[in-house]
Amino acid sequence: MSFTESTETITGCNVRFMRGGKGAPLLFLHGSSGAARWAPFMEKLAESYEVIVPEHPGFGASDSPEWLDGMSDLAFFYLDVIDHLGLDKVNLVGGSIGGWLSAEIAIRNQTKLNSLTVVAPAGIRVKGLRKGDVFLWNAEETARNLFHDQTYAEQMLATPPSKEGLEIILKNRLTTAKLAWEPRFYNPDLHKWLHRISVPTLIVWGGDDKVVPAGYGPAWRDLIPDSRLEVIENCGHLPQVEKAERFVELVGGFIGEATR
Amino acid sequence: MKFYFMHLMPYADLDLSYDEKHNSAWVTLPNTFFDPKKGHQLYNRYLDELEYADQLGFDGICVNEHHSNAYGLMPIPGVMAGALARRTKNVKIAILGRALPLLNNPLTVAEEFAMVDNITGGRLIAGMVRGIGAEYHSWGVNPAFSHERFQEAHDLILQAWTQPGPSVFEGKHYNFEYVNVWPRVYQDNPHPPIWIPSQGSSETIEWAAHPDRKYTYLQTFASVSTVARYMKMYKDVAAGYGYEATEDQLGWSLPLYVAETDEIARKEAKEHIEAFLQKFLRMPMEMLLPPGYTSVKSMVGALSAKAGHAMKQTIDSVIEEGKFICGSPATVREKLEEYQSQIGFGHLLTLLQFGTLPAELTRKNMEIYSKEVMPYLRNVTSRKAA
Repeated sequence: MSFTESTETITGCNVRFMRGGKGAPLLFLHGSSGAARWAPFMEKLAESYEVIVPEHPGFGASDSPEWLDGMSDLAFFYLDVIDHLGLDKVNLVGGSIGGWLSAEIAIRNQTKLNSLTVVAPAGIRVKGLRKGDVFLWNAEETARNLFHDQTYAEQMLATPPSKEGLEIILKNRLTTAKLAWEPRFYNPDLHKWLHRISVPTLIVWGGDDKVVPAGYGPAWRDLIPDSRLEVIENCGHLPQVEKAERFVELVGGFIGEATR
Repeated sequence: MKFYFMHLMPYADLDLSYDEKHNSAWVTLPNTFFDPKKGHQLYNRYLDELEYADQLGFDGICVNEHHSNAYGLMPIPGVMAGALARRTKNVKIAILGRALPLLNNPLTVAEEFAMVDNITGGRLIAGMVRGIGAEYHSWGVNPAFSHERFQEAHDLILQAWTQPGPSVFEGKHYNFEYVNVWPRVYQDNPHPPIWIPSQGSSETIEWAAHPDRKYTYLQTFASVSTVARYMKMYKDVAAGYGYEATEDQLGWSLPLYVAETDEIARKEAKEHIEAFLQKFLRMPMEMLLPPGYTSVKSMVGALSAKAGHAMKQTIDSVIEEGKFICGSPATVREKLEEYQSQIGFGHLLTLLQFGTLPAELTRKNMEIYSKEVMPYLRNVTSRKAA
């Protein structure tokens, strides 16, 4: 695996980065389980892009800053990150709460973005369409509900975390709670401003998502003007893991179109 | 030492086979398990028991707060305290609640407590807690801000009770232009006694023992060794602050059953204490410890400790650990005298009804305890004090 790790201090907060590949910049924003490892989909994307994967403040090896109270703080922080890294025409890709975060960034300032990809994003609410209660699920329920293909769940359950790993899991859960406990995984104001997103947007969803149901896909598509929805069948909440090849193909094709 | 009769008011008519389909008596157990006709009977029976404690010479009675569960039916404990305020004459009334972080407006507690304090002419003991983890699921309040909200709500209530109104409160979670609670508290020198019930936490002890507060730390349902450890910690913290903690700053709350003989006590208590342990307390870790409820460090500790001994609690295991005192009057006197002299707590809160314990056994327990245990311990501890 060809990637490098670094820690950078941005707005007083130490952030861990993984980076790999060359090409147009692609900033990947992880979901609630963090981004401790360089995943196969990152490696594949790195064949065509300069892939930049930070761990958000409050997650993994990054600091938990005093100022972090909610998603709005994180979104403004990432505008600082984009400035700090001097990124321009960046392809922003985010999964789950990282997808929510990406949309929050885009409605604040999209001048440095080339495209936006949101993967099963949290962030809005469709009344009656209930998200999974990830805070009440135990380890087994979480693993089983994350994936359509249960061999992924079994792999996850076969390797229980070390003490250090458990600390990271609990740190990630705490920050996830800060961002998303109440209101549950959404910002009541976000849907009102998604129309401001003018960069080309790809929405990817697993057809069998038990965390944020695929029924949210059409709602996102309808709220973002220049957007396209791709639903991957037989796939759970993490298409980039469960259907990595298809995911990379979709993202690559989309960024190609968006860059033309 | 002072003696209190503590009640949880469990839904004692709970269908105990609920756990064939449901993994907890909390949060998600359907409220269709609750029959209001039985609820009517139970509430009135339990209030009678609390009133009876006044007649039996207890120093105080304690009501409790939990939400959306079969374990305790007092989501709004002030309703109970209000009912008891007029029907009791001598006892202190301790409200142990209130779960401050759950509230969007903690001034409701400042008001509620002040009303009870006025009606009773100063018999209120004001409890302040964060609530247990399950409450954050039931109420939807963010546990990641539980500590912050507790501190701030406490500061707000204290300001309401001790500063002439109207005053301004500027917080992060709570903001008021006019803090001006009517009625003022009856116990206004400086405010009603504040008790801090806890399952055991060094952060809580550091805070409660601070010279600005000197609040009574109340250790709830825990083994004797845990109680001893935390109470020593309180005394050490106080000594570190340069003062000596008094017995009045330390309390212990536990279930107790006393009967004619050790054998009778154990036989009568067994199924009811085990219903309490195995059915009413039943809760998965995700419910008990939502993120932020405790620090990541103590949560890692709790998760590994639980993994270590996930064995079922029985009457034998809880008697062995000293979480439950059960026996003849002589046995109970002996244990309490020993623990009190070792640990030095000044308030003993006994849960004389627990789980499914029926009315007649509850009354018998209360009578034997108040006649054959309390007076003896009063003498012993007052001799020691003198």
